Amino acid sequence: MDRAVDLPTTEKVKISVRDLNFFYGSFHALKRIHLDIPERKVTAFIGPSGCGKSTLLRTFNRMFELYPEQRAEGAINIDGENILKTKMDVSLIRARIGMVFQKPTPFPMSIYDNIAFGVRLFETLPRVEMDERVEWALKKAALWNEVKDKLAQSGSGLSGGQQQRLCIARGIAIKPEVLLLDEPCSALDPISTGKIEELIHELKADYTVMIVTHNMQQAARCSDYTAYMYLGDLVEFGATTDVFMKPKKKDTEDYITGRFG
Amino acid sequence: MNAAVLDGRRLALHRRRKRVNAVALTLALAAMAFGVFWLVWILVETVRLGIGGLSLQLFTVSTPAPLAEVGGLANAIVGSLIMVSLATALGTPIGVLAGIYLTEYGQRGWLGRSTGFINDILLSAPSIVIGLFIYSVVVARAKSFSAVAGALALALIVIPVVIRSTATMLALVPPALREAAYALGTPKWKVTLAVTLKASRSGVITGVLLALARVAGETAPLLFTALSNQFFTTDLGEPMASLPVTIFKFAMSPYENWQKLAWAGVLLITMGVLALNIAARVLFRNKH
Repeated sequence: MDRAVDLPTTEKVKISVRDLNFFYGSFHALKRIHLDIPERKVTAFIGPSGCGKSTLLRTFNRMFELYPEQRAEGAINIDGENILKTKMDVSLIRARIGMVFQKPTPFPMSIYDNIAFGVRLFETLPRVEMDERVEWALKKAALWNEVKDKLAQSGSGLSGGQQQRLCIARGIAIKPEVLLLDEPCSALDPISTGKIEELIHELKADYTVMIVTHNMQQAARCSDYTAYMYLGDLVEFGATTDVFMKPKKKDTEDYITGRFG
Repeated sequence: MNAAVLDGRRLALHRRRKRVNAVALTLALAAMAFGVFWLVWILVETVRLGIGGLSLQLFTVSTPAPLAEVGGLANAIVGSLIMVSLATALGTPIGVLAGIYLTEYGQRGWLGRSTGFINDILLSAPSIVIGLFIYSVVVARAKSFSAVAGALALALIVIPVVIRSTATMLALVPPALREAAYALGTPKWKVTLAVTLKASRSGVITGVLLALARVAGETAPLLFTALSNQFFTTDLGEPMASLPVTIFKFAMSPYENWQKLAWAGVLLITMGVLALNIAARVLFRNKH
């Protein structure tokens, strides 16, 4: 398969987006997106509000299908298979691609069940193994020490930052390959944000991570690659250091340095 | 313009705002007092006239003949409990399921929209109409008044209330919570049952309690269906006494012992409905 020009050949491509167009009814929200996402790296999507970065993220797990007036055309190949065309059930695709949202969304159940809920959808585990899986996911999300004594309590009793890490734990508990983070820190205080950023850094050892963020420093701190989007176009994509230190396009430079508009 | 003039203007405006605020607050308090006044009066009168009839007999002896020495409301209390429970047991699953359909499945289609519209009409239908409907469909065909017919009529009142409250409560669940469940690969039925319905369960239960409180005091739908019965019965195929119908009959009678029992029944129903409403409030507050 042809490669998008901006990704160094040393990287293994996990997801390749080809000619992707997206429509909200008649509004053309993503225009001919052509993009390669490297495996086990963090790719950040930046750009002003309404540029289409969240929309793009929501095509990777076909979340947009919940809304009949939204549609995507083109190809999103994950490990070579076009998930927009595949006959594979959408729930199996979503099992491979976890997502964490802007606001924490703990389910109305105990902390333990919040994690076990997703696992039970795809695996029937004996109690001991389920306990191990819950512990593993909570440790991975750096939450275990804070909640290990109150696993039976409701997930909504946790602080905002803890809830968001619970959602990350819930996402990785089903062992996906890709993690989509849609502005995961925008509702959090700086300390919780720091913890999540550290976590993102560790997660890329095992997962292909994509993060949408409005925070330029956050993109610079925790991503390997950065995509700048504007009005539905992918303006620039490259290694984060390159995009931030010597952007190729004037638009990108203006946005990053705050001279936008 | 110098600072002193500006300050003077600000002060004048501030004083004016305070005066308007005081007037508005007074009007609001007066309106509140007017409403509460009648409510308290009703409660006081109910207690004053009903408390004399309260005794153990009320719960153990059935309705007496006119001018009899002893008598209670046992048959009416049990009849009301049976028919209201039956109506709630029938109406709750239908109402909750239809409410789920309206919010989770039918929102975009014509079927969902027209069901919602018709349900809202049913919600405000006079209860006497529902009583007559069950009379012509069930009672007239079976050629007998029965507790089943009464319970059916009450269920027809419960259903639209539960549908509307369930649909409203489900609609209040943030879309992000549903999306989070779908993002894990959860099938739709499971998202609805395990996440959406669970997140709104206190609201849904509150709706059921309010429906229950509403039918507990309904007289009209029972007049032509369960009729009444001066004897104690638990046979669903027979006419059955109920508190509201007994109160209606006894309160209009010229007999003093019946009138006393009617007031005692009024007190019982009022307290029961009050307790249900308070329970619904407490339940709702605990969750939100």
